[in-house]
Amino acid sequence: MNKIVSKEQFSAAVTKLVVEAPLIARSRRAGHFVIVRCGAHGERIPLTIADADPVAGTITLVVQAVGDSTRKICALEPGDSLTDVVGPLGKATRIEQFGTVLCCGGGVGVAPLLPIIRAMKAAGNRVVSVLAGRSKDLIILEDEVRASSDEVIIMTDDGSYGQQGLVTVGVEQVLQREHVDRCVTIGPAIMMKFVALLTKKYEVPTEASLNAIMVDGTGMCGACRVTVGGRTRFVCVEGPEFDAHEIDFDELLQRLRNG
Amino acid sequence: MNQDTSRDAQWRVELRQRINPKERTAIDRVVMPQLDPAYRITCNEEVNQGITAEQAMTEATRCLDCNNPQCVTGCPVGIDIPGFIKRIECGQFGEAAATIKLTSSLPAVCGRVCPQEKQCESRCLHNKMKRPPVAIGYLERFAADWQLANEDESSQAAPAVSPDAPRVAVVGSGPAGLSFAGDMAKRGFRVTVFEALHEIGGVLKYGIPEFRLPNRIVDHEIDGLRRMGVEFVTNCLIGRTLTIDDLREQGFRGIFVASGAGFPRFMDIPGENLTGVMSSNEYLTRINLMEAGRGGDTPVMRGKVIAVIGGGNTAMDSARTALRMGAERVMLVYRRSEDEMPARREEVGHAREEGVEFMTLHNPVEYVGDDKGRLCAMRVQRMELGEPDASGRRSPVPVPGAITEVPVDLVIVAVGVSPNQLVPSSVQGLEVSRRHTIVVDEETMCSNVSMLYAGGDIVRGGATVILAMGDGRRAAAAMAAQLQSE
Repeated sequence: MNKIVSKEQFSAAVTKLVVEAPLIARSRRAGHFVIVRCGAHGERIPLTIADADPVAGTITLVVQAVGDSTRKICALEPGDSLTDVVGPLGKATRIEQFGTVLCCGGGVGVAPLLPIIRAMKAAGNRVVSVLAGRSKDLIILEDEVRASSDEVIIMTDDGSYGQQGLVTVGVEQVLQREHVDRCVTIGPAIMMKFVALLTKKYEVPTEASLNAIMVDGTGMCGACRVTVGGRTRFVCVEGPEFDAHEIDFDELLQRLRNG
Repeated sequence: MNQDTSRDAQWRVELRQRINPKERTAIDRVVMPQLDPAYRITCNEEVNQGITAEQAMTEATRCLDCNNPQCVTGCPVGIDIPGFIKRIECGQFGEAAATIKLTSSLPAVCGRVCPQEKQCESRCLHNKMKRPPVAIGYLERFAADWQLANEDESSQAAPAVSPDAPRVAVVGSGPAGLSFAGDMAKRGFRVTVFEALHEIGGVLKYGIPEFRLPNRIVDHEIDGLRRMGVEFVTNCLIGRTLTIDDLREQGFRGIFVASGAGFPRFMDIPGENLTGVMSSNEYLTRINLMEAGRGGDTPVMRGKVIAVIGGGNTAMDSARTALRMGAERVMLVYRRSEDEMPARREEVGHAREEGVEFMTLHNPVEYVGDDKGRLCAMRVQRMELGEPDASGRRSPVPVPGAITEVPVDLVIVAVGVSPNQLVPSSVQGLEVSRRHTIVVDEETMCSNVSMLYAGGDIVRGGATVILAMGDGRRAAAAMAAQLQSE
């Protein structure tokens, strides 16, 4: 049992939970995720770690209510507990001094992107972040992202905040005006697909963090398999980040849709 | 309990003389009472109902208590088989169970899932007389179930574990880990078992279905270990949540890695990533561990026409589970003939009785999807048997041009597993094989890293419950000796 320490509602569907998980708080790195379960008959749900406090022994999860299980998790209040939390899972992000790093996140994808932005900044990179959402209230963690970015570009579909347009508009502005050494993208699969197409055109090495369907999250079930460079890979243990230019996004989109 | 259990003990000599061998040999082998196939595929109830006390005593009488019992040599954990069978013949069922427990931590499990026809029963003297062997597996299960139903083990005084006793850690709570934990606890060590999933039991819980091995049986065995002082920690992935170095810092003086062979194998054929193709691990985990279709929140694809690929126990479990999930037609696609199937004979028989269609000498070569990426058919290649391969089985060879397309809406791939590299790759300097298994000394199960032992599928790459338990047992003996000599 892992107790909810605090809760913040980012929008109607997006909730931030700070959860007691001292061992994970100590061992997690940017890019890692956890599997959580809520209730005695609950589903195992993969969630990326947005932040951690090793001293307080907590991790931060940002959850978007999209199905029964995520709605159940979002309905938890401080003092309630998640039935199970296991992690950290997956491979940590490769953090190096690349030069200029473009970090683009869409929707709740900004949450797992935040630790990567921080780590890239701490490694001495110039960090340009592009945050995208359908409307203003779906842009999350802007202050935290600003604190670790040299520049932040905000894109909304409806133009209610920042510039109007898709994430790719903001990404292309940066790619056209300056040399970018590396790109990291996290968000809906369809968004990452188009970011990847764009950065491929500009020949910028790009990592995409995939959110596949999983059961155990430790390599056992194979539900999360994805084709990268013509080979089947498991997102849970070989990912979640892969070379975005090699990912078969169409297959991934079909698997997510049919899931 | 009569203390002397040897073959020369007075009670055994008298028992042998009570009935002559000819009469013993003339008795027919017991038939396991089973649920009717038409009923059992509508539910998840255990198929084998277990034999009665009377049946057990009669079956035990068949055992000749022979001079040189080969059955024991066929048992990976060396159970004193004639010793426990003769207890049953006397009606001393509790003593029979106690005899088994001297060497096996999980008798109720082994009595159900061991391939006895390849182990103990294959070496029974009755075979030489062209008679069916003594039903050792049924008798083992009978003794364990009798104890479970009739003896309140919770009231038995647990052996006091000294707080100063050395601590040992176990990575993984499957059969190898549980067997090791039991043996170390018996020797007075303080044992903690770390499990990555939210449930204890490993493959006994996520893999083997309820109708073959009920969870209450597994839980009972785990409770027994708890009473012996074994501690369990769930949701802890060694290598990630805690490292092997963390465990050493916490004072664990010996570590036994039994993390299993988690990685499902696929065949690398076109269409394998279509929606509707999944591993048997995924299918069985969703249903067994996550209770999909039985009140759990986890969904599972149902499918009307299902093909299961493979011929092992997991393939049988998947096919029979699919029938219970309401499939209209379940085909088992296997590239060799039925004789070469690695599954237990009993499971093959049960699957056939329940209506699984055997498509032997066929191998899938491609899966075909619709415009939305959903599986709708498989293309299968007809095979014929050629020369024996390295495993001694005749190897399947494709028949040129003999490819047919069969409509299916769910394919479950059960062609084996590979070792999960998560734990091995997190230990610096640990020697692993090309197949990613941990390399150990076969006698002691010790790896090249000091005080790090390993066993089960992480060493074998995919074997049976009982072989895993045998590894746990050998590792416990060797680690205990090592720790005591220090």
